[in-house]
Amino acid sequence: MTKKFVRVKDWFPPGHVRTPYFLRGKIGMIERQLGAFENPEQRAYRQKADKLQLLRVRFTMAEIWGKNAETPTDTLDAEIYEHWLEPINAT
Amino acid sequence: MPHDDNDHFSPSGHPYQPDQDHPLTKWQAMEIAMRELMVEKGILTRKEITETVEAMDSRSPADGAKVVARAWSDSNYKARLLADGSAAINEMGFHADAMKLVVLENTPTEHNVVVCTLCSCYPRNLLGLPPDWYKQRAYRSRVVKNPRAVLFEFGLILPVKTQVRVHDSTADMRYLVLPTRPTGTDGMNETALAALVNRDSMIGVAQASDPK
Amino acid sequence: MGGQAADKIDLTQHNFALWEKRVDALLVLTSGKGYFTVDGLRRVLEDMGEEAFETMTYYERWIQSVNQNMLEAGAYSLEELSNKIAEVTARGETYGECSGGGE
Repeated sequence: MTKKFVRVKDWFPPGHVRTPYFLRGKIGMIERQLGAFENPEQRAYRQKADKLQLLRVRFTMAEIWGKNAETPTDTLDAEIYEHWLEPINAT
Repeated sequence: MPHDDNDHFSPSGHPYQPDQDHPLTKWQAMEIAMRELMVEKGILTRKEITETVEAMDSRSPADGAKVVARAWSDSNYKARLLADGSAAINEMGFHADAMKLVVLENTPTEHNVVVCTLCSCYPRNLLGLPPDWYKQRAYRSRVVKNPRAVLFEFGLILPVKTQVRVHDSTADMRYLVLPTRPTGTDGMNETALAALVNRDSMIGVAQASDPK
Repeated sequence: MGGQAADKIDLTQHNFALWEKRVDALLVLTSGKGYFTVDGLRRVLEDMGEEAFETMTYYERWIQSVNQNMLEAGAYSLEELSNKIAEVTARGETYGECSGGGE
């Protein structure tokens, strides 16, 4: 099975989002698809919410923290909504 | 006039903090006012408020421990639990919304630990209310960057060959760690096994307890 | 919040006060009835900012957030709430004395 890699967008919008700061701009691997869920960014402001795909993305600590990583090969998984992700090709 | 002592103990038998006797704070006044206003307006009833408080009191990590003990005892159940946590705990009469519970299995090469950096999401239906430390800045900010240092503060040291996997509950999923079954537990029944499963082992900051 | 500098983990655990459990119950019930979403709760908590995190306890922040969400939902007016708060505080000095009517 081929691994799929994504990059988290470098957005920094003011307002309610569920993509942690420390993951912005980072590249991770799709660990699993979770299905479609209502966009929390719309729900938070009482807007009618679209259903978006939610993905669990796995990042290495090296990718997130660089040379400050405690153990570079440890990982962190987070659930990220599709509009925050750009597909990239693994080299 | 003597206080009514029934107010001092929750239905589960634990004493409440003696806030009943302390000077009212503005936030407590707000809580009372909101509650009464909502009852007056028919938004809520007194009965459902009391029942919700009691339901909260009755949930504890013992529920999660039963799930873990079953998974240790029954490999088919464990497989179902890992494939679809919500459906598997529904079998045991515990509730989780569909597809929302993810169970993470600890192995000799993988140790899982759960956090909510953005707020304090926690599998309350299985573990009850989260501990104070889980909700505080120190844990939430540090475990995603220095998980091994944090685990060390909890008294847990992992070998280098064991990879640490941190899980940040950023969206709708809730996470339960399935800790490693301790050695020396062959032949133990589920009740005895459940007694070894402490709350911290299901968050991932501890191992399950060894049998005496 | 992840990755910011922070202290050692504080492992002390306070006993939940009755009023805190009631805050939790109010949240569960009102969000369950559709007055607001958990996302709205979080959004208000975030908008309260760093200072609120430093100066208010967990459940103090939560009751504030539930209140704002309920106001946004039109469940009651600020005037109604103000009157009720005044009525409650006039009953006495302690939480026990003032919360008699709610249960």
